[in-house]
Amino acid sequence: MKCILSTIILTPWLGALVLALSPRLSPKTGRVLALLFSLSTLVLAAVAYAGFDATAGYQFVEQHQWISILKVSYHLGLDGMSLLLVVLTGLIAPTALLASWKVDRDPRLFNLLFLFLQGAALGVFLALDFFPWFIFWELSLVPAFFLIKLWGGPGASRAAYQFVVYTIGGSAFMLLAFAALFSAVGTFDFVELAALAHSGALAAKMSGPALTAIFLGVLLGLAVKVPLFPFHTWLPDAYSEAPTGASMFLTGIMSKMGVYGFLRILWPIFPAQLHHASSVLIGLALAGVVLGAFAAMKQSDLKRMVAYSSINHVSYCLLALFAVAWSGSIHPDASVAAFSGALLQMFNHGLSASALFFCVGILESRSGGKRGILDFGGVRTAAPVFAALCGIALFSSLGLPGLNGFVGEFLVFRGVFGLDPWAAAIGCLGLFATAYFLLTFWQRVFHGPQGAGIATFRDLTAMEIATLAPTIALMFILGVFPQVLVGLFNPLVTAWATHLP
Amino acid sequence: MNLLPFTIYLSFAGAVLSLLAGMRSAAMARGVALVTALFCWGITLYAACNFTPARDLQNLVDVAWIPEMGIRYHLAADGISLTLVVLTGLAATAGILFSWNIEERVGEFFAFYLALIGGVYGVFLSADAFLFFVFYEIAIVPKYFLIANWGSTNRQYGAMKLALYSFAGSAMVLVGLLWIYAAGHASGFGLPELARAAATTSHTDQIFIFGLIFTGFAVLAGMFPFHTWAPTGHVAAPTGASMLLAGVVMKLGAYGCLRVAMPLVPGALEFWQPVIAWLAVAGIIYAGLVALVQDDFKFVIGYSSVSHMGFVLLGLAAANPTAVAGAVLQMFSHGVIAGLLFAVVGRMVYERTHTRQLEDLRKLPLHRLMPFACVVFVLAGLASMGMPGFSGFPAELTILIGVWKSSKILAILAASGVLIAAAFTLRAIQVAFFGQANPATPATALHHPYAPVTWPERTGAFLLLAATLVVGLKPDLLLNWIVPSLNSPLMQAVWRGGAQ
Repeated sequence: MKCILSTIILTPWLGALVLALSPRLSPKTGRVLALLFSLSTLVLAAVAYAGFDATAGYQFVEQHQWISILKVSYHLGLDGMSLLLVVLTGLIAPTALLASWKVDRDPRLFNLLFLFLQGAALGVFLALDFFPWFIFWELSLVPAFFLIKLWGGPGASRAAYQFVVYTIGGSAFMLLAFAALFSAVGTFDFVELAALAHSGALAAKMSGPALTAIFLGVLLGLAVKVPLFPFHTWLPDAYSEAPTGASMFLTGIMSKMGVYGFLRILWPIFPAQLHHASSVLIGLALAGVVLGAFAAMKQSDLKRMVAYSSINHVSYCLLALFAVAWSGSIHPDASVAAFSGALLQMFNHGLSASALFFCVGILESRSGGKRGILDFGGVRTAAPVFAALCGIALFSSLGLPGLNGFVGEFLVFRGVFGLDPWAAAIGCLGLFATAYFLLTFWQRVFHGPQGAGIATFRDLTAMEIATLAPTIALMFILGVFPQVLVGLFNPLVTAWATHLP
Repeated sequence: MNLLPFTIYLSFAGAVLSLLAGMRSAAMARGVALVTALFCWGITLYAACNFTPARDLQNLVDVAWIPEMGIRYHLAADGISLTLVVLTGLAATAGILFSWNIEERVGEFFAFYLALIGGVYGVFLSADAFLFFVFYEIAIVPKYFLIANWGSTNRQYGAMKLALYSFAGSAMVLVGLLWIYAAGHASGFGLPELARAAATTSHTDQIFIFGLIFTGFAVLAGMFPFHTWAPTGHVAAPTGASMLLAGVVMKLGAYGCLRVAMPLVPGALEFWQPVIAWLAVAGIIYAGLVALVQDDFKFVIGYSSVSHMGFVLLGLAAANPTAVAGAVLQMFSHGVIAGLLFAVVGRMVYERTHTRQLEDLRKLPLHRLMPFACVVFVLAGLASMGMPGFSGFPAELTILIGVWKSSKILAILAASGVLIAAAFTLRAIQVAFFGQANPATPATALHHPYAPVTWPERTGAFLLLAATLVVGLKPDLLLNWIVPSLNSPLMQAVWRGGAQ
């Protein structure tokens, strides 16, 4: 138990190394091996969960001196939010690998890159010092770049390039911001920085404008990753050109890395700056909610539609955070609801969006690469099982009560309404638009007269059902028993809502 | 430690030996060169293992040389010189491995090569300004011959340009040194003595002296706008020589700035600081943008070197211990990474495809034809982009922290240089290695049309990759040597002289 967090991060990397060193492996063995290494996260997360105490702050902490001149330490720790995202990674990553079972061009390299990506994402969720955190954050781009570029669609090279240059552009400013922060206070440790900010020592050591500039740098780096409107322009291309498995991971996990950064770094270290900027930021998050949904409505390509809906969904998480930052600690109840909603929404969106990308991938593979909304019709009669599972995913994404998506969005709106009713009202527009385009998806693809070639549409294979079923089951379970997850982070968000300015 | 001077003598002896061996057989000359380089590198590593970090230069040899002028044969080392001699050993060994396929006048090639290395070791170990200058000149001459005789594109022009720039630079340094010696009535050329003498000259004199010495050295470090020799020189040079040129010779210039120009005339630092810093940032951004639009693969790498050396100069200009520690780390890091990039472009790709035009490479799916070169270049490219986990990242981060303390705007501009580096590196990776095969070409024609990767290439690539990873993950290995030497009396004068 002593270094379980390192083990969580390093096991997928070990898998990548094993694959790298065994070029003679048969594709099948390679896939099974990769899947096992990928599943290790879920197993280890369960072990950590068994010893986890939600009220106890950071646990399983590992801290070792690393670079003396920069006072950098290898500092890992697990709290409720980290655990939530580690579990999410443990669910999405094996699912995405199963969804990529059919990749036949160089599967060894695909799986290797995928495991590397998984390890890097886990590192982001567990590191508590900027230096290791940033290593994981940046390293995750490398496999993502190659997964999109080498296995993606016709425009993949451009999309991958754009994705990486945008993200590195944001990261460069975040790096500079932390360099500046370090030169003033002499630490990179998130926990220490948060404590300094809490005690007011940070504001005492730096001038207001300098601190604002640093805040903006960090904000930019995180906003590109999430993405927050208007830094989202890389997303539709990247998500829609990526191969199915990579799209699932990108939307399921990588967009959460950005939101996680907002909650782990920006909120504890720069609460005052966030408060000052919050009215603008609420506007941007609302723009993401509303415009993301309307843009999705206008898409004729299903994959781009799901991509735009991701912008809409992750913007709810940020809307909740910004609303809390805007109102301060006046309404602790609403703040707790907003935070809980944001965290649940992260998890739920991970499940539903990755399931939807998988379904679009099925449509695409069955129809020989077509994924226009008008290319299908009447798929329900040809493939009833597929229609049922995809329908559940669609309704989960839409926020139907009884399924997981509802709980998160409800809590976000419950919180935001208490803090900033106007924002909640405008955000509802996004809900309507989301309902509209998801229902259009459902109707055009699954109902109506059968389109050309749909009659021979094969239903899901056992393998594909096995890929999708756990996610769908979780949608029901979490829709009815959200307290499974809420219990993990409730003490944490209560502390956030009451202890911070 | 006391063995370190032997790196100089052994390299020169190795040069003579490989010249003689080359008359008998090429293989023998290669063997002699590799053994010599390995031996010297072994000495530097042995010295590094037994090194106790300390504030001052630790004397190695100190005997009178030209007593009439107070010139001494004085070799000494501290953490900074140790870092750079270890780099020299590594770069020299890797460069020889990547020159393994040279067939023309092998003995002479390695003789020039080792003579250059000997000069470089000499510069990094000199504690007497005159001696420093002598070794500096010794290093320039073989460079000219290596390029002019074994180079490729435009080699006469490249070699001549490089030699003229270098000589002009060293002339400026010489004038500056003599100015101090004469005007300050110095009794010798030891660095503390010259510093004392320089302090007695007028402030205007100091400003001129600093300008001469610093600019003279900075020419060789590739400071904008005196950088134009670097891309043409790198492109014209044979692979092994480009590796040395980018890997260690550009460091000679930066080392001269740090070890001679700044401590000797710290009084003029405040005047020159903004000039140097702005030129450095201009170099980072300008060279990065130029690299973004090059058609020749090797020119991309050549300009990227100029851009990265801009970070070194920026760190020096900030003149505080953090920034300078970062600059020294960046010298090491760039030496390794640039060597690796040139090795892939010059040796692995060019000597097999016989083209460096990105337009031509775009038509070849090199990632399938040369998977090894592709993996090495991708890793080296990531390192060059400043990806965390590789040595460039802690170096650039430390420089940015240091620069932020003296100027926010410069730090912001330099950070945008990181972004430009990502853009041009990714572009080079995309175009050069992930091109599309011409559908008209039969699949069988693509099956291993190129010679397989040889063992020297593999070994060299592994050595350099390992170095950038080890330093990237554990920068303390070098920083623990570098940081104590930044407290020496000479360096403390620098910190006092700079505007903070």
